[in-house]
Amino acid sequence: MKKHNYGTAILSGFEYLLENYPEVFVIGQGLWSPWYVGNSMTDLDKKFGVERIIDTPVSESACTGAAVGASLAGMKPIVVHPRMDFMIYAMDSVVNQAAKWSHMLGGQSHPGVTIRSIINRGGEQGAQHSQALHAWFAHVPGLRVVMPTTVADARDLLIASVLCPDPVMYIDDRWLYEQEDDLPPVIELNLSDQRPRVTQSGSDITIVGSGHASLLSRNAAIILKNDKISAEVIDVRVLNPFHVDEIISSVKKTKNILVVDSGTLTAGFSAEIIAKVVERLPVDCLNNRPMRIALPDAPAPTSRVLEKDYYLYAEDVINAAKKVLQR
Amino acid sequence: MKNHLQDLSDPKKFHNSVSIDHLSTERLKAMLKSMIIIRKTEQQLALARKDGLIGGPVHLGAGQEAIAVGISESLQSSDRVFGAHRSHSHLLALNPDFYKLFAEVLGKVTGFSKGMGGSMHLYDQPNGFYGSVPIVAGTVSLAVGAAMAARMQGTNDIGVAYIGDGAVEEGVVHESFNLAKVHNAPILFVIENNLFASHMHISLRQPSDMISRFAIANEIPHKLVDGNDVVATFDAAKDQITEMREGSGPRFIELVTYRHYGHVDWRDDVDVGVDRSLDDIENWKARDPILRLSRPMIEKGLWTVEEELSFIKDLDKGISEAWDMAMNDPYPEIDATLNYVYAPSS
Repeated sequence: MKKHNYGTAILSGFEYLLENYPEVFVIGQGLWSPWYVGNSMTDLDKKFGVERIIDTPVSESACTGAAVGASLAGMKPIVVHPRMDFMIYAMDSVVNQAAKWSHMLGGQSHPGVTIRSIINRGGEQGAQHSQALHAWFAHVPGLRVVMPTTVADARDLLIASVLCPDPVMYIDDRWLYEQEDDLPPVIELNLSDQRPRVTQSGSDITIVGSGHASLLSRNAAIILKNDKISAEVIDVRVLNPFHVDEIISSVKKTKNILVVDSGTLTAGFSAEIIAKVVERLPVDCLNNRPMRIALPDAPAPTSRVLEKDYYLYAEDVINAAKKVLQR
Repeated sequence: MKNHLQDLSDPKKFHNSVSIDHLSTERLKAMLKSMIIIRKTEQQLALARKDGLIGGPVHLGAGQEAIAVGISESLQSSDRVFGAHRSHSHLLALNPDFYKLFAEVLGKVTGFSKGMGGSMHLYDQPNGFYGSVPIVAGTVSLAVGAAMAARMQGTNDIGVAYIGDGAVEEGVVHESFNLAKVHNAPILFVIENNLFASHMHISLRQPSDMISRFAIANEIPHKLVDGNDVVATFDAAKDQITEMREGSGPRFIELVTYRHYGHVDWRDDVDVGVDRSLDDIENWKARDPILRLSRPMIEKGLWTVEEELSFIKDLDKGISEAWDMAMNDPYPEIDATLNYVYAPSS
């Protein structure tokens, strides 16, 4: 029996930070009754006190800005947005202020704030409770964007994000919470050293994704083995700044690439991955056309029939991989 | 629109000398000199912009100097001050280094923000100035957070948010008032009500010209003050800041004022706006915060015409030399564009 799942791994990341760094505090809606966030923040208020675990008015914008301001004063705040959709009210604090602060003031001041936003879809929640907007944030220079897929990364990339002197958008996905795994002792990682990681080795096709799409890809790769297709799966982990070398090395080996993304297709992060890989590959390196699969260019529907059709499953990844390989 | 400000918004009123008897000569002189430095610095910027020497926009606050000077007199360097687009005075009242401001406005590496910010992105945290940005309400919530941090850190420091009457029309300001109140943040909301947002008079934007109504709505103790009276500004802010350092939570001060120049650069903006005439500007210039302090100081023998002329002569020379020096300073290295995106150690 595994000791942890993705949600409790996040919880242990919070506990590690709050125990070891007095300048860490957490601010956001629902923190004194954290049923919005699964098991990822249970009892933090009781353990660390309401002065450090701050529940707030329904003010996404001001609370995010307040965290940015506190970080400028030497704190290491974590803002929690239980649904990413609501965070759109906070775009000025994230995009105009936090992401640009160091640059526009000559590198003299750095907002070391972590913004935890959660992709929380399914369950007939519809268009405004379901979005995966990681590509938006990866488009903003100065904002580091992190999407942990594995149980260990859920904890360790949270810790690395909070200890990083730059603003970080840490995006977790409720569809990852049930994964179970053991957690090794914490090692504090330097976020700027974190790269895409091969989570499954293979030789026929490289499948790249982040967050939930990365989990789907891993599950698909296991099934693809039955069809004698050896897929190499790469988990992007950090979307901005985006490092592509590991993906290029893999594609040079497999000569095929499929990108899977949990956001919508057009101008999505899948496009960035393909572009950065293809423009750096030798001409004629690929055996087949690159391909990407993502959500349709439509808001999330509510009705369960439409919703089921809208999202991606391992089967979609399997079919796409076969299509790339023309099998 | 309801004219709740009444006489405070009438430019023909409040031309009188300010009351100075209860303040030390030293403090009066310091505030007078600070206001003159800011005025002269901004006049230099206006001329240089008109002459095409400055590449980017400058939002000048000439006429509004009493506010930053009156507030800053009670601040300490560990306080956390945030500004917006019209923030030269907010910075210079904490650190009168006009050379670094000139260099910054010219995009030179010797400037307050190492030439990366220009007039609209200013930084001097060692003197308490955390930063200013041109999104007009962009730093208000940041100031609340820096103030909340001051409490967590066990200090008696406060946050200061300079907010224009236009900025209160952005929603985050109201979230910030509410958040500051419910979390008892030691922040002073400083409302500079100059009656205009860019070209638009407040009567076309709000149902009342009195911004303090939002303090009342959020249960934040407030004061409404003649913002062209540096002594009244100092008195009101001093009491509020003392309370805040003792843990009172947020305070709100609304200061009614007027800018001599238009929204941006050196022009009068009488041809693009509504309710802004040359006549109005002349009347507001008679409600001059510098003149209204210097006049009673001279009458009471605390200051002389000769001292003032001599101070201005030296200042003009200093400004001229600083300007020339800044003009000759180097620009940032080309790689600065990429080097400042993230912190160097990361």
